[in-house]
Amino acid sequence: MAIVLELAFQGAQMLLVLLLAPLLTGYVRKLKARLQRRVGPPLIQPYRDLVRLMRKEVMLADNASWLFRVVPYLVFGATWVAASLVPTFKTGLLFSWSADLIAIVALLGSARFFLALAGLDVGTSFGGIGSSREVMIASLAEPAMIMIVFTLALTAGSTQLATVVAYMNSSEPGLRISLGLVLFALTIVAIAENARIPVDNPATHLELTMVHEAMILEYSGRHLALIELSAALKLLVYMSAIACLFAPWGLVTTGASPGGLAIGVIVYLGKLMAGGFLLAVFETAIAKMRVFRVPEFLGVALMLGLLGTLLLFVSRSF
Amino acid sequence: MPLTIALWCVAALLGTVCLAVAMSRVRRASQIVYSLSLAATLATLLAALVHLVVGAEAAPVVVLQLGLPWLGAHFRMDALAAFFLVVVNLGAAAASLFAIGYGRHEHAPERVLPFYAAFLAGMNLVVLADDAFTFLVSWEFMSLSSWGLVMAHHRVRDNVHAGFVYLVMASFGTLALLLAYGVLAGPDGSYAFAVIRATHPSGGLAAVVLLLVLVGAGSKAGLVPLHVWLPLAHPAAPSHVSALMSGVMTKVAVYGFVRIVFDLVGPPAWWWSMVVLAFGGVTAVMGVLYALMQHDLKRLLAYHTVENIGIIFIGLGLALAFEAHGMPAAAALALTAGLLHVFNHSVFKSLLFFGAGAVLTSTGERDMEHLGGLIHRMPQTAFVFLVGCVAISALPPFNGFVSEWLTFQAILLSPQLPSWGLKILVPAVGGLLALSAALAAACFVKAFGVTFLGRPRTGAAERAQETDRFSLAAMFVFAALCLVAGILPGFFIDALAPVVTSLVGERMPVQSQIDWLSIVPIAQSRSSYNGALVFVFIAISAGLAAFAIHRLASDRLRRGPSWDCGSPDPNPATQYTAVSFAQPIRRVFGTFVFRARERVEMPAPGDIRPARLTVQLRDLVWELLYVPVASGVTFAADKLNYLQFQTIRRYLSLVFFALVSLLLVLAAWP
Repeated sequence: MAIVLELAFQGAQMLLVLLLAPLLTGYVRKLKARLQRRVGPPLIQPYRDLVRLMRKEVMLADNASWLFRVVPYLVFGATWVAASLVPTFKTGLLFSWSADLIAIVALLGSARFFLALAGLDVGTSFGGIGSSREVMIASLAEPAMIMIVFTLALTAGSTQLATVVAYMNSSEPGLRISLGLVLFALTIVAIAENARIPVDNPATHLELTMVHEAMILEYSGRHLALIELSAALKLLVYMSAIACLFAPWGLVTTGASPGGLAIGVIVYLGKLMAGGFLLAVFETAIAKMRVFRVPEFLGVALMLGLLGTLLLFVSRSF
Repeated sequence: MPLTIALWCVAALLGTVCLAVAMSRVRRASQIVYSLSLAATLATLLAALVHLVVGAEAAPVVVLQLGLPWLGAHFRMDALAAFFLVVVNLGAAAASLFAIGYGRHEHAPERVLPFYAAFLAGMNLVVLADDAFTFLVSWEFMSLSSWGLVMAHHRVRDNVHAGFVYLVMASFGTLALLLAYGVLAGPDGSYAFAVIRATHPSGGLAAVVLLLVLVGAGSKAGLVPLHVWLPLAHPAAPSHVSALMSGVMTKVAVYGFVRIVFDLVGPPAWWWSMVVLAFGGVTAVMGVLYALMQHDLKRLLAYHTVENIGIIFIGLGLALAFEAHGMPAAAALALTAGLLHVFNHSVFKSLLFFGAGAVLTSTGERDMEHLGGLIHRMPQTAFVFLVGCVAISALPPFNGFVSEWLTFQAILLSPQLPSWGLKILVPAVGGLLALSAALAAACFVKAFGVTFLGRPRTGAAERAQETDRFSLAAMFVFAALCLVAGILPGFFIDALAPVVTSLVGERMPVQSQIDWLSIVPIAQSRSSYNGALVFVFIAISAGLAAFAIHRLASDRLRRGPSWDCGSPDPNPATQYTAVSFAQPIRRVFGTFVFRARERVEMPAPGDIRPARLTVQLRDLVWELLYVPVASGVTFAADKLNYLQFQTIRRYLSLVFFALVSLLLVLAAWP
């Protein structure tokens, strides 16, 4: 019986992230529009876009290969799996042990690897510029992320996300320098990985400043829908990860009452709203930087992650 | 029994050498030689595998009356030798299978075949050798036969240079190993490994051995800064030999390092690991940065070998650190990670070189800037090459990720190390490892994207044909192995247990008994990874998405010209090239590491000359280390040159004084 319940929780989490992801994107868009004194699209606009795109036929370039058609599904699959392993409203999920934090980072890395390949498939210059810049950003963001994982793992004594969350939820961590550094670094990496301002602009239509959008320029129809959905899922993954690591309050553990569950979901939604609000304010307040400033920005994250790890190597009390 | 089989197989390979020489005019010689090599290596592979899995405790010894009369030739197959025999013969068998098809395109097979079989025999002998003399002779045999293969196409100018640099570096490496064994043998001059193991040197002498082995085995494996010959020599050989040199021979060098440092020299000092870790970390990052700057497909792969050797040495260095501080369980984890990467790298690097060879035969091009769009002309090669690219980029659910994941887990155990030097060094090495993994992914996006995707850049790429079925079979076997080792790593880790136990006295927990076939290096609450589940989950989610969308929304599809923001250019030259793809990374990292400079020549308005962008890269390792040494040697040779034009009286007096001074030295010797 318990296993069925756990399976149901795992399934519920997978459905929840899938349903919430476009809403989060729509919410951030709406907030940004309001902050810029625009009305902005309705909250459910991303759902409408997805449905519309899925119903349209795919317009495929003449020389697109099979890889180009497979990549959206692979990217979606890898991102969805990563999203279903990060605790949202409940920790200690049934399959959380199948991939630890390093593996989750690498899963998102797989998704990006294939997306960058797809950018090169049709053989256009925009696809190339997008892929080449994406891998440059990734080449710094990924090691930064690994250093962040190191710091967390050394603090909590585990790379299992469930164990780390349980540790953060206990009274043990307190205020630590290394965790402060990690929060800062993780925020930078999350911004870069999700192609947000100041690294990239998700709403741009000026080709030369695009990174993510340039890479997927040739996609249309259901393929584009899946990639948009994966991007939304990725934003949700990062926001959930920051929330469950640095604001682990209200997370439901195994064997909670239905009332507790409801509170857990509501608290989670509250965290997402707060995170989305902060993101929207941040994006409105800051200007996009030149592409070659990005390495310095990400270098800060890498150095902070390394510093956190070094401090913990010196003493576990940092 | 397995040892006898292996030795008979080596004898068969040596017989094949004679056969290959005799059959140099026979038309089907290459098929016959490669088939024989395939059979011999498969037999050795099976024997070694059986020994590793079933009878690993036993270490049979055979002494043949060859070589030095008072020593004989000792051979032994313990768990370590059996594991490396598996690596060597797996790679060799696949290369032979590949070459049954690939060898048909060889213009001068008589220049390849004898050396090929000799090379295989040499590598097997190095691993089997149980005394220093046999080891060194086999090592040199392996080096020289592979040199013969590098020089197979000796009319190509670059190959001659590659062969020369290789020969110099190989001799230098063997010299270092010779001295290392000289120190190990001690005053009694006992060269059998069993005696050396019993009377290992102490303190300072052991440190000298470590440094000599690091130079000797490291130069063969390609540790920076001793790697310079590797990216020249590996691509110069025919592709199946490149696969062997990169995938297998570098592992034989790792074997030499492990055999001496973990087995023969005795307990390590605490600072040894720092040297090894520093070399490993620098090698990993430098290797991949060099690779990113290449646009020759085979040279790019060769530089990646340098990177992966760095990763392997990081694992070995961590194992040394844990062993020196009396943490055998952690040492077992680190050593397993390093050895698993030895196996994994030999599989995916051979696969990638086979793919490069298939591209080379079908287009005649190694330069990625002249390729493109091959996924349409060579779909099967493209598929297996893609598998290799994903595996080497350390992405789940393939095998490269497992060994890097284990290395990361070993790094996370190291705060318990007491020494301060390691406390500072290990996190830095962890950062370098993460950086090299991310850069490797970038590099293989470039390698696959520019070669196989996009539009063909030349007529040769446009007319490419799928390669033959033998080559495809070899590649598909290895691609499948990449996946199997990625989703069921527990069995591979367990197979390594006897090797690790024999070297550090402890093993990783049994993995194949764990629920769902996860791998759990220490404890479930600490870390676990399940490649099979991750693979199944991705497959199910992707399949579910495809099914739902095709069923419920739309499955229509129309082909048309590419969009490219409304201004597609039919000229394939407008695509991103390998050089332009690497430009952002070159700007971020290369400005410092390679002193990369870009110069734009923009003709004045009205001038019809084309604009030009010149990229200048400097190889600082070559310029700062090798050029001074080379010019020093040239200078000395110039100065000594005058000895060559003397009268006979002067020569006679020269000989006389040399003799007298030597006798004086001998007389003064205590």
